Amino acid sequence: MTAVSLDKVTKVFNQGRPDEVTALSDINLEIGAGRFVSLIGPSGCGKSTLLRLIADLIPASSGTVEVAGKPATRARLDQEYGIAFQQAGLFEWRTVQRNVELPLELRGASRAERKARATEMLALVGLADFAGHYPAQLSGGMQQRVAIARALAVHPPLLLMDEPFGALDEMTRERLQSELLAICAKTGTSTVFVTHSISEAVFLSDQVVVMSPRPGRITAIIDVDLPARDDAARQSPAYFEAITAVRRALRGTDNASASTDAVAAPSSRTPGSASPAATAP
Amino acid sequence: MRRVLSAVLGLVVLIALWEGYKAVGNPDGTVLFGVRVLPRADDLSMPHVSDMLSRLGRPELTGGRPVWQVVLSASLFTLGITTAGFLAGAVVGLLLAVAMQRFRVIERGLLPYVILSQTVPLVALAPLIAGWSGTVWPEWTTVAVIAAYLAFFPVAVGMLRGLQSPQAAGVELMRSYAAGWWRTLIKLRLPASLPYLFPALRLAGAAAVVGAVVGEISTGTRGGIGRLIIEYSREATSDPAKVYTAMLGAALLGLVVAALVTLLELPLMRHRRRVSVVTM
Repeated sequence: MTAVSLDKVTKVFNQGRPDEVTALSDINLEIGAGRFVSLIGPSGCGKSTLLRLIADLIPASSGTVEVAGKPATRARLDQEYGIAFQQAGLFEWRTVQRNVELPLELRGASRAERKARATEMLALVGLADFAGHYPAQLSGGMQQRVAIARALAVHPPLLLMDEPFGALDEMTRERLQSELLAICAKTGTSTVFVTHSISEAVFLSDQVVVMSPRPGRITAIIDVDLPARDDAARQSPAYFEAITAVRRALRGTDNASASTDAVAAPSSRTPGSASPAATAP
Repeated sequence: MRRVLSAVLGLVVLIALWEGYKAVGNPDGTVLFGVRVLPRADDLSMPHVSDMLSRLGRPELTGGRPVWQVVLSASLFTLGITTAGFLAGAVVGLLLAVAMQRFRVIERGLLPYVILSQTVPLVALAPLIAGWSGTVWPEWTTVAVIAAYLAFFPVAVGMLRGLQSPQAAGVELMRSYAAGWWRTLIKLRLPASLPYLFPALRLAGAAAVVGAVVGEISTGTRGGIGRLIIEYSREATSDPAKVYTAMLGAALLGLVVAALVTLLELPLMRHRRRVSVVTM
């Protein structure tokens, strides 16, 4: 059973115009059910674009995207996934509880069901006492936890996260990482997690997908096999081996793009001139 | 309580400035090189505040009703027109904003004309609209239309900005919930636009008062505060305090309209009262 399946997916922005940019080219990726997969790569490698394709927030230029065995659009309409962004994006006029209830509301769930589910989710992220607060009264980490609770509210089989901890401090980030793993283990949710932190990707993931830019593509898929995901794991040899492997994979792409940059250095700052340079070698 | 105090304090300062200038200013005004740079401070140009207030208690004409009654009933008449114009203008403004948000084409095509509409001088427009009355609608609706014409503008522009205020993440979130345009409007755009809507409504309220007063004057509608201002200002040489009583009525009208908007705002903006949030 695969949670996400991408087959020869390409995404071109502004197709046929002078400012055409190939964001993703020939992406093939299978994500098994219940797996935690991170997308990592330098900025501009298309990892967020890839996540948006899976979420059907933007259409693919070619190729097929399947989520839970159905086309991405169908999966979105059926709310087969929950999504969380770097900015918590809570609705400031709603209390924490009503924010978590939002996806249930749009699904037409009854008031009692919404309340029960929201209470359950807030307990899961440790914010049961803050149900009646407004988002502006919460810290950034707490807001992000509310956003995760909201993403999980419909019990989706798939959780999509776009650098959800990117704006948080290191300590909050590590605590939320452990919490997220516990939640995913408890709910059996498959997760696709976009990050630019190597340690975060390795600690969280069963699989780290390394991407490189111009055009965005997958350069390596590294399996991470940690004995357990706790604070001890952050000191284990397996953890450091995986970090080295990911770093090496990233650096390999760095060298490749560095040589491209050398050719196109004077004009590579604008996206319009960067794309022909990238397709040249 | 604090707000009431500061409002009272503002009034006191205003009166003190008025009376203070009267006390020190040249009764014939200050003229520099043939240009009057400071206004006359004599009783004819600037009657004492106490004179204005006492004028309110005396009859309008000998043996007539006291002035405060006349001013109050005129203000109520104009309040009715203002409210009708304000509501009509707000509804039109809201609908225009929603249409402009929904269709970029409408925004591009319509927004320049919405702005253009406010550059046409009201005094030129009012007789035109007045020309339609009598046949299809009663006279007071003409004044209400003029008030609405001024009121719709801030609502349309402010509301459009409010509807466009949600960030991409919010819009993407609604899309991930398979919510269409209508549900995105109800759940996201409308609530997000409220902080923009209420300042716009306050402006619209003030504009509606101006529209109603000017509309009454230029259409010659009887019974309202606009007419009263014109009538009383004709007596300004013999009874200078009288015209100020009518102006007090107009100011009162503006306050009432602003209070009505605030009354609407309080229950809808509860989440803002608990924390300080920077807007705009």
